[in-house]
Amino acid sequence: MRAWLRQHAAALRTAMQRLWRPSGLASALVIGIAVSLPAGGYALLESLRTLAGRATLEPQISLFLRPDAKRAEADALGRALRADPRVSKVRFVPREEALKQLSAVEGMGEVIASLGRNPLPDAFVVTASEKTLEPLAADLARLPGVAHVQADSAWAHRLGALERLGRLGLWLLAALLGAGLVAVTFNTIRLQILTQRDEIEVSKLIGATDAFIRRPFYYLGLLQGAAGGVFALAIVAGLLAALNIEVRSLADSYGSSFRLAFLSATGAGVVLALAGGLGWLGAHLSVSRHLREIEPR
Amino acid sequence: MVSFSAVAKRYPGGKTALESVSFALEAGELAFLIGRSGAGKSTLLKLIPAIERPTSGAVIVNGQNVGALKRAAIPYLRRNIGLVFQDQKLLYDRSVFDNAVLPLTLSGQPLQEAARRARAALDKVGLLAREKSNPIELSGGEQQRLAIARAVVNRPALLIADEPTANLDAESAAKVLDIFIAFNQVGVTVLIATHDLALVGRYGKRVLHLAEGRLS
Repeated sequence: MRAWLRQHAAALRTAMQRLWRPSGLASALVIGIAVSLPAGGYALLESLRTLAGRATLEPQISLFLRPDAKRAEADALGRALRADPRVSKVRFVPREEALKQLSAVEGMGEVIASLGRNPLPDAFVVTASEKTLEPLAADLARLPGVAHVQADSAWAHRLGALERLGRLGLWLLAALLGAGLVAVTFNTIRLQILTQRDEIEVSKLIGATDAFIRRPFYYLGLLQGAAGGVFALAIVAGLLAALNIEVRSLADSYGSSFRLAFLSATGAGVVLALAGGLGWLGAHLSVSRHLREIEPR
Repeated sequence: MVSFSAVAKRYPGGKTALESVSFALEAGELAFLIGRSGAGKSTLLKLIPAIERPTSGAVIVNGQNVGALKRAAIPYLRRNIGLVFQDQKLLYDRSVFDNAVLPLTLSGQPLQEAARRARAALDKVGLLAREKSNPIELSGGEQQRLAIARAVVNRPALLIADEPTANLDAESAAKVLDIFIAFNQVGVTVLIATHDLALVGRYGKRVLHLAEGRLS
């Protein structure tokens, strides 16, 4: 057990020494640039999604009551809505709450304060149990006390489709560059095996197991991938910081504090783990293919 | 310790290197394997640590049938055999000490113990003072002695040398052979292939004569 640990420690040390050379670091940088594209794209997409924000993608209809409608009328309407089989969920939004929500939106606070009274009506947010909202919306508009019906499905669907498209694009890009990462590692390890041909041959002659010979290469692939991941995170952080200079002035002009956000801790962890894992995979493929070719004669 | 029974080795392409070779080497014995170059000496030696596998017949080393050994078991066989080659197979990207300690690090020995044993081995071949040098700075005889130090650092029961004196002047060659004799005197079984008959005659040890793939 202790011999095993000692051998792993030695292999790890060897791998670190090999990574810490100009050629090793250059490969890690190449991997970093490749990984930064999908990672950065993901960070942008997540930021934009928060911006598009509370927009829900469920088929929803907003029902605004007449401003002079009494609360009793609203209750009756609510009962009628809940009884409708085409309606799956009903949420009552009293005018006071609507005002509070609106005040919380960036830039609206001052506007509302200047009004002096609450201009908002009571409202219902109705979630439909079916996709086609228009006939339901038309029926709801005829209910007593209803001033205005808004079926906001179309744009929500478009936004959803756009987001799915962006996500799919990112996944494809990530898959492509992931394959690139594996190929880069495959090649680095192949070159490393070639330069150590003598050492590998001699080691086999004096009783090195295959595992002993492979170990430093696996560690090198893993470390190089992970180092690439670190480079990628640094690149993404740098790019976002640069973009945020402009985003700040743009957002400020809308009275918003929106900024492009860096990846979450989980997101960053996933980037590192994937980069390391793919590096390990590249090393595995390379080692399986090339080490058997070196046999003492 | 080593026994060959009716061993033949044919290489792909039809070249026959060994033909029905049988002999036994007792534990603690020292024998010379002589013959012209091309007689099959190297092939015979390579069968012992499973660098080559016999086409037919059985090669038994320490009770193990080497020809039938699984790939994964070969490293452990080799750890019990000290190998010395004509071309030394030293690593020139590291020091004399690092060359000598290599067999111990790859079997996971504790570093201090490994260093102690590597220095002891270097001392026995008279190279302790050169432990920090690069092997490239050593003379031919010294390089061969370093190869011996690396071969014995694991304290193997069996030591095999292929033309260890081929490229050495008479004085260096005698020095190298004296080292093998010394190891044999403390119980190590030794098999040395050479074409230098004059040198062999001096020691009065057992001689295996190989000609055209057959022992005579």
